[in-house]
Amino acid sequence: MRSGIAILTIVAFASVPLWLRDPYLMNALITTGIFIIGAMSLNLLLGFTGQLSLGHIAFFGIGAYVSALTSLGFDVGLPFGFRIVHVPWPPIVGFVLAIVVAGLCGYLVGLLSFRVRGAYFVIVTISFAEVVRLVALNWVELTQGPLALTNIPSITIGLPGLGDLTLRTKLQNYYLVLAVAVVTYVLISRLVHSHFGRAMRGLMENETLAVSVGIDVTRTLTLAAVISAGIAGAAGSLYAHYIRIIDPEVFAFINTVTMVIMVITGGKGSLAGPVVGGMIFGLLPVFLRPIMAPEAQWIAYGGVLIVILFVLPRGIVPSLALRFRKPKSRAETLAPVAFSERDAKEHA
Amino acid sequence: MTAIALKVEKVAVHFGGLVALSDMNFTVGEGEIVSLIGPNGAGKTTAFNVVTGFLDPTHGAVSYRGTALNGLKPHQIADLGLIRTFQRTSVFPNDTVYDNLLVGLHRRGRVSLLEAILGLPRARSSHRRLRERASELVEWVGLERRAHDLAGSLSYGEQRLVGVALALAAEPSMLLLDEPVSGMNASETHTFVQLVRNIRDRGVTILLVEHDMPMVMSVSDRIVVLNYGRIIAEGTPNVIRNDPAVIEAYLGQGATRA
Repeated sequence: MRSGIAILTIVAFASVPLWLRDPYLMNALITTGIFIIGAMSLNLLLGFTGQLSLGHIAFFGIGAYVSALTSLGFDVGLPFGFRIVHVPWPPIVGFVLAIVVAGLCGYLVGLLSFRVRGAYFVIVTISFAEVVRLVALNWVELTQGPLALTNIPSITIGLPGLGDLTLRTKLQNYYLVLAVAVVTYVLISRLVHSHFGRAMRGLMENETLAVSVGIDVTRTLTLAAVISAGIAGAAGSLYAHYIRIIDPEVFAFINTVTMVIMVITGGKGSLAGPVVGGMIFGLLPVFLRPIMAPEAQWIAYGGVLIVILFVLPRGIVPSLALRFRKPKSRAETLAPVAFSERDAKEHA
Repeated sequence: MTAIALKVEKVAVHFGGLVALSDMNFTVGEGEIVSLIGPNGAGKTTAFNVVTGFLDPTHGAVSYRGTALNGLKPHQIADLGLIRTFQRTSVFPNDTVYDNLLVGLHRRGRVSLLEAILGLPRARSSHRRLRERASELVEWVGLERRAHDLAGSLSYGEQRLVGVALALAAEPSMLLLDEPVSGMNASETHTFVQLVRNIRDRGVTILLVEHDMPMVMSVSDRIVVLNYGRIIAEGTPNVIRNDPAVIEAYLGQGATRA
């Protein structure tokens, strides 16, 4: 049944461009899709290891800048008279490099903070995002600072037998984002169901016990951070080549908050959660724009967030899954009780 | 004399000015069941934490099968086959009993990340073996009927059994049990003693910390008695039962004269 829902969802998303012609809505769907990929990567950390990255947008932004600079080329002076001159490479190389560099940054942040974890990880990630934003803002020779990197080329993919295809239109970018989102979903699903996933889950539930059966905390968490950051980097790269202009505002804290809200409302620790939460908070602005001033929209988001968390405290997907699960055996009828006990403790 | 598995030499643990353990020496032979007993606060759990790497000793050394354990992290010590259980109930409460054991089988299930993600045959067959092993372990501790219940919803005694099954899942060559029968009723304790003997018969060395004296006396090959952080007696259950120092520690000085 599960794979049935998955295939149905993919078919539904794939059919959208067939009946939706409004370019404004298409644009909203593409950017929402990119943010959903980012939210899925955040969910890997927040939902499956319990570590909150409040600077997740840094990995996204690094991916965007790396990919843009790889495909635009640059010429920067370094101390002691060195210069780095880079001639433009194809955007698809930028996409790969974005994943690698963002992943490396995830490794560094993980290495720095996972020895102590919890609040330290939150603080390190916030600071990291701010430092990266300041670098992007002030290293004008490389990043153009507030003037932004412009004219970023669209992604070109080589199709066997068909020659090169440059993805310029919204339709093409829509399918590109959809494809990357599906791959990301499958990747994360495989990961959390592997023994790495079980190790992460074990660490989140009872770290002392997990360690006692031989699970290496630092290694497991760092690995999760690397993969999460790499995926965020991929999303950033898609963003850069779709929007085709990026400035340091991409690192704004509000972007991280948006991803966190998507994950929490959809349901952290559920694979489909970020997709559902992402669709709601990605498309809400589209429907609120005609009827509300921008300031009022923010208040409306807050209202929606509160209502969702009040009615479905564990997030939309896990709460609904629990509600619609048929009580077949004693095991399954017991489950909701245990869950609500835990929630009561968490919210107390 | 069998080969020595665990060797604790001159171990001392100080918490600031408090001496939790002073100059502790004992060994556990391969395949032996040794119990560590003593009144509350005697340092038994501290000794456990030192051996399993959760606590660094102030002085002294611990070695297992010739490997020095000083400075190793708990998961590295677990990798040597030295696995512990915990005094408080310790399970992954929001997973089923079965899934708990799958987490416990971590040491067995290592395949490369890429193989796991791509779902390569080796990863899949490894996963199948893990599921079989988890089912075996569930049966082994007699929790088949509870296998698909959340571990957190089980009774106290059942959770302790899950804890032991989890430790067994990690394939110990030596198992350290910290007060395993506390909170169990008489019949559960009796079943548990059988279980401990079965585990030993499979070649696993056992170090036990326990307050339940009848249980300790019936199951142990040798007993080490701690009081105020030092060893006051060591020997077979019969020797310990009649040792005046032990009786004094447990019952007070008046009892020895009476």
